Amino acid sequence: MTAIEFSDEQSMILETAVNFFREKFPVNEIHERNENLDGSTDLFWAGAKELGWTGIVIPENYGGLSLSLSEVVPIVEMMGRHLIGSPFIPTTLAVTAIVSAGSEEQKARWLPSVAEGGIASVGLTEEDGSWNLSDVKTNGEVRDGELILKGKKCFVLDAKRADFIVVSAIIDHVVSLIIVTREQLNKCIIRSEVVIDETRQSFSIEFNDLKIPLTQILDKPDLNDLENAALLLISAEISGGLSGVLRVILSYLTTRKQFGKYIGSYQSLKHPAVQILLSLEATRSHLYHAAACLSGGDKIKTEVAARSAKAYGSDAFAFAGDRAIQFHGGFGFTYECDAQLFLRRALWCQYQFGDAAYHHSYLAPLLLD
Amino acid sequence: MSVSPTELAEFEVQADRWFAENKPEKPGFILPETFMEVGTDEQFKFLRAWQNKVYENGYVGLSWPKEFGGGGLPQVYQDIATKAMATHRVPFLLNTIGLNWAGPLILSMSSSEDKKKYIPSILSAEEIWCQGFSEPDHGSDLGNAQCKGRKDGDDYVINGSKIWTSLGMYAKHMILLVRTSTEAESKYSGLSFFLAPMKTDGIEVQPIRKLTGEYGFCQTFFNDARIPASCMMGKEGDGWRVAMATLMFERSAEGGQAGGLSMMDLSIDDVIELAKRAMRNGKPAIEDPFIRTELVKLIVEAKGNVYMADKAEIPALEGEWPGAVTMSIKLRATEFKRRMCQFAISLQGANASRYIDDRAVDEGMWQRSYLNAFSGTIGGGTTQIQHNIIGERILGLPKD
Ligand SMILES: Cc1cc2nc3c(=O)[nH]c(=O)nc-3n(C[C@H](O)[C@H](O)[C@H](O)COP(=O)(O)OP(=O)(O)OC[C@H]3O[C@@H](n4cnc5c(N)ncnc54)[C@H](O)[C@@H]3O)c2cc1C
Repeated sequence: MTAIEFSDEQSMILETAVNFFREKFPVNEIHERNENLDGSTDLFWAGAKELGWTGIVIPENYGGLSLSLSEVVPIVEMMGRHLIGSPFIPTTLAVTAIVSAGSEEQKARWLPSVAEGGIASVGLTEEDGSWNLSDVKTNGEVRDGELILKGKKCFVLDAKRADFIVVSAIIDHVVSLIIVTREQLNKCIIRSEVVIDETRQSFSIEFNDLKIPLTQILDKPDLNDLENAALLLISAEISGGLSGVLRVILSYLTTRKQFGKYIGSYQSLKHPAVQILLSLEATRSHLYHAAACLSGGDKIKTEVAARSAKAYGSDAFAFAGDRAIQFHGGFGFTYECDAQLFLRRALWCQYQFGDAAYHHSYLAPLLLD
Repeated sequence: MSVSPTELAEFEVQADRWFAENKPEKPGFILPETFMEVGTDEQFKFLRAWQNKVYENGYVGLSWPKEFGGGGLPQVYQDIATKAMATHRVPFLLNTIGLNWAGPLILSMSSSEDKKKYIPSILSAEEIWCQGFSEPDHGSDLGNAQCKGRKDGDDYVINGSKIWTSLGMYAKHMILLVRTSTEAESKYSGLSFFLAPMKTDGIEVQPIRKLTGEYGFCQTFFNDARIPASCMMGKEGDGWRVAMATLMFERSAEGGQAGGLSMMDLSIDDVIELAKRAMRNGKPAIEDPFIRTELVKLIVEAKGNVYMADKAEIPALEGEWPGAVTMSIKLRATEFKRRMCQFAISLQGANASRYIDDRAVDEGMWQRSYLNAFSGTIGGGTTQIQHNIIGERILGLPKD
């Protein structure tokens, strides 16, 4: 068996995504898009709906395409390449949680609306910023046939637009996943957060004894599944981001001259550029290997692959973003230069769902013992 | 001049007390980290008033001659005052280019008349200085600067533009490198150096937004701007030599600066302290074995830099590569700061993804400092250029 099984569907979706983003979201308009994130999301979402992307992982009987996260990877990769910060990742994660943990009734209730283009999100991180998804303080208490939710979630992407959000909370000493609807969200305190990646719309949500019907508690929550899905999608974004930032670097190294020579001719720039290229190739290989493992269904293999992809990619992207600034000299220090957009994206990706050191600490026993 | 140890000790106590008592309250707005990030009028006014107060109370320019407003004292007095500023974490002194580059240059080269004209107002921060070296097409290759100066009567008529001018919006004077001859023997000998008044018809500045989202430097345009020939430093064609002398002050490879804190002083101790507070996976970061190893590596590196400064004072230990330590001060300090801030961010768990805001760890200071750290690794000669210089001048390696 090869490490990477690349399906015909993946191949087709990759080709469609490459063309879609090139045509609708050219890289030279990143700054304009950031000025109008809502408009850019509308445009992306309309296109995604038309191409069926909003239903990729949703089973056919709920209006989707019955494909897997592996087929989502090429789309997210191209989003990363073009620095799109749409609700696509959070929506896909929310759907993944319901597909894997929801009952038939729950699936029937929540999935079709997303397949038709609804937006969703997940609230898994809390104020202390722990990456361990079981570190949950938000609490759910069953009282009089209702769940009373209390606590606070941070880094909830696109919470303002989401039709529902999948939130983690402790119920009876167990970490559970709960669906919170728009109507219920409207009773919460939602505050926008200042985050380093300006393509993101991030929010904190406070639940003050929010009443939720028990039917919104997911039956068989599996946090490992959800974490692997998150790691896979962020790694896809990282892989795309790496190829995007490498392009930014190359275009400067081959046009900017100092001392009468293209600066790309200096080895102190040329060699790191090659290092970035090779780190991109490695990240992309880890990514598609992880995608294949996830489809294969072996839990341990999937965990190893997903953590490896995220650990390796995080560091590679952070390095590339950092070098992109340095290699642009004074221009790299400006807001106008695309290098900063990629560095900020790299920092976001590095510190959401665990940095390299965090994943290494879980990989060590899996790989060594 | 001999220094009495008791007097020094007294001065130390006095300086310590003064900065403890006079440290300004946090203003209601975010302060810049260095003179390169002064982007708003309120920041500017606050910092200018602070430097003025420090000067009026005798804590900057202590080693500069009395007749030009300095303290006329040995350097060690200034070192003590500067250290007190760092200890008490007071704001930095705004007029850095004047105090530490243009000032020492003027003191070492100019006429007594010019010293009287420029030096006192540098110290009091009444007149702010900026530097017009880099151009859009010539940064590292400064010797190729193309902004032109043509002699016309008693003036030079300047045309072209300079870029990344820190404090350009507020400066009264600019140290300016201009091409006054295109027929010179080499690119270097066609350059001349001016102490140029910024309030001149034909000089315009346009602010540029930085990667942090803030302002603080600008592009300076010259359109038939007439600068008096009397503002030239040295002779026509001396520009490169004078510019190199300036850069030696700028990179701290040469002494003579007025001293004082020139940037918000973030050290490895601050990172250690942060590691105790910041939470990584539900625990203080300092409990994480990986963090401990990385932090120790940084501490050892920081100590190496401190010891190197002492070693450089001992000629017998100079070894085979004299100058390696002094010539690399800027390189080592700026690269260390970049990596240190990168590391400080990693202590914060998922909160590392935040940016300037009251919900971020230390209000997002570390994220901002990391982005700002590139001012050090790019400005004043990039890290890559510093490596070239040290490789060629110290190790005697061939040029590429
Ligand atoms: C915050 C900030 C403040 C500044 N303030 C001022 C100021 O007040 N006044 C002023 O005059 N200037 C100022 N500068 C400008 C600064 O001095 C220049 O940016 C710097 O010298 C680099 O020049 P450049 O921007 O043209 O980059 P370039 O020279 O174009 O360099 C681009 C990249 O190529 C690399 N490179 C270039 N040549 C070589 C080589 N031979 N070998 C290997 N690598 C090479 C560089 O290291 C860099 O990574 C400031 C810059 C910054 C970032």
